[in-house]
Amino acid sequence: MTEHVCLDKQDCKIKAFWALMALGGVFVLAAMVAFFHLEHTGHIETGMTNQIVWGLPHVFAVFLIVAASGVLNVASIGSVFGKSLYKARAPLSGMLALAMLAGGLAVLVLDLGRPDRLIIAMTHYNFKSIFAWNMIFYNGFFAIVGLYLLTLMDKKLKNYSKPMGFLAFFWRLALTTATGSIFGFLIARAGYHSALMAPMFIIMSFGYGLAVFMVVQSAMYRWNDLTVDPNIRRRMKNLLAVFVGASLYFTIVLHLTNMYVAKQWDFERFILLEGGIYTKLFWIGQILLGGIVPLILLFIPRSQASQKVCFCFMAPLLVILGGFAQMYVTIIGGQAFPLELFPGFAETSSFYDGVAHAYSPSIWEAMLGMGGIAIAFMATIIAVHALKFMPQDDLHILQGRRSSD
Amino acid sequence: MSDLHNQTEIPDSSERRDFLKLGALAATVLAPGVMLYGIANSRPPEQGASSKLRWGMLIDTTKCGNGCNTCVTACNTENGLNGKTGPQDSQWIRKVNIKNLSNGFEHDLPMMCQHCENPPCVDVCPTGASMKRADGIVLVDRHICIGCRYCMMACPYKARSFVHEPITDQNPEVPRGKGCVESCTFCVQRVDRDETPACVEACNANGQNAMIFGDLNNPESEISKALSGQASVEVRADLRLNTGVRYQGI
Ligand code: SF4
Ligand code: SF4
Repeated sequence: MTEHVCLDKQDCKIKAFWALMALGGVFVLAAMVAFFHLEHTGHIETGMTNQIVWGLPHVFAVFLIVAASGVLNVASIGSVFGKSLYKARAPLSGMLALAMLAGGLAVLVLDLGRPDRLIIAMTHYNFKSIFAWNMIFYNGFFAIVGLYLLTLMDKKLKNYSKPMGFLAFFWRLALTTATGSIFGFLIARAGYHSALMAPMFIIMSFGYGLAVFMVVQSAMYRWNDLTVDPNIRRRMKNLLAVFVGASLYFTIVLHLTNMYVAKQWDFERFILLEGGIYTKLFWIGQILLGGIVPLILLFIPRSQASQKVCFCFMAPLLVILGGFAQMYVTIIGGQAFPLELFPGFAETSSFYDGVAHAYSPSIWEAMLGMGGIAIAFMATIIAVHALKFMPQDDLHILQGRRSSD
Repeated sequence: MSDLHNQTEIPDSSERRDFLKLGALAATVLAPGVMLYGIANSRPPEQGASSKLRWGMLIDTTKCGNGCNTCVTACNTENGLNGKTGPQDSQWIRKVNIKNLSNGFEHDLPMMCQHCENPPCVDVCPTGASMKRADGIVLVDRHICIGCRYCMMACPYKARSFVHEPITDQNPEVPRGKGCVESCTFCVQRVDRDETPACVEACNANGQNAMIFGDLNNPESEISKALSGQASVEVRADLRLNTGVRYQGI
């Protein structure tokens, strides 16, 4: 992926670069096909209904947006908290944040009932709507992180990088708070209406973002036949463990609060015990694969000989998978549980009152969602190919090694 | 949009939009604070909806027949819905059967948009397409709805439907369209002609007389008198939305 570090043009992995581009391109193309198809037929061809109004595309989109904000954490730790190890990684972190936000937003827009009215969404703002605020935060994020990247990469602007880093840091916290609030503000829905929704999204964004960063970093190093410095690996791995642990803790707090404070017993019984796919995804996907297993992998005691095995690829990959499971449970599980209109009564109607709502996503929705990832992926490889996003400390090693060859 | 209009008798969209633009202009100039809504043949925008009124409905569930579907059918006919009840079909009004869990007593009631005074759907709508008229009727301006469905997530009564497929055989008075969200309008086109909503008319014609429609702000109206004479409830009153639809006998 790091074409630019090839000092000798011959030595550049140009073919592999194009192969990756083609791979991403296929998925983006598939998303466009799905988009035009749905634009023609309407959402009738999706699994989404009048009960499950947000489906798989939203799972992908919200994950990408939340992780986009989290991935910027690496830069923040560098700029705001002055840790040089992270500072060297700030450009990569900022670039990934932009790429993922772009991917996530693209999915959201492509899924609109009237995507042709995007211009209306951009010009008509209802300032009472947290959704409208999100759009403002997203646009601001592009501008601020973009400028921040400039200050990081242009030596003349170096002095501005710290204040811009601060701004980006706070903006990103606000953005994730707003994203979480999209759900938290839904007063009538048992699964969402909680003041804990926004902070939970922030904690989770840290974990998902760092996980994405580590996976990309490992891939980049491997591509260049380098290994990540054990010191860096140890620090990042510990940080990831802290975030994963915090997410687990917060998940427990959220569910306990729902049970004992908000008295949402029925909803909790649904998600934790009787919700079928949602219960499975919660326990196996979110908790086990996305939480406990990565923690074990990260903390496995290793002998001196096996120090090399760090699971710095495997563990974060699992965290990402767990993140998707969490989004599925939160977004779709939260809607599958029926609204209670008449407490103390059993409800039935032709509009599916009183029953858990079924949802089976169609291939079109999966194509849209994967398209979002593909957009982020392609933006990343193009950026890495064209500009210096390789962590700067190791850039020198690499350059040194190549020139002495 | 064009595919929709090709299949319906609604006038050419650009013409219509020009008319609406003019109307919007007039509305802004003549009646600030009064919003334009995308319903043809209703009260002209410059006349606006009066904030002196608040339209509401009172439903006496003891008179509502179990299994009776008259109001639903009337709504479908008036508003051009096809009456299908699949998970992706629009239902503006539905009969809900509720069974008391402690004593097993069962009865029916109609459920539709409650025309909340503090409507969550309006609060969350990013573009302002969801809006409340001065007279309390909550509508979707289907010319600026982007189909994000956030209002459906926000409505506590599941009152809204998303149009999942192209629509044919529309009632020209009630424009609907693929990719937009819609819900009960209190038959605004009828109300603006001083008629009652189709469901109310049908319920009365059927002899049930379970629904009263009228002005909640006018103490002399039938609905106000009925409300002052007997206990009534709002569904999910705990949410403090001050709904325009009230129920008796639950
Ligand atoms: S019932 Fe639902 S759709 Fe109707 S005004 Fe209230 S929140 Fe909006
Ligand atoms: S679907 Fe339409 S009316 Fe509903 S929130 Fe979105 S833009 Fe507003």
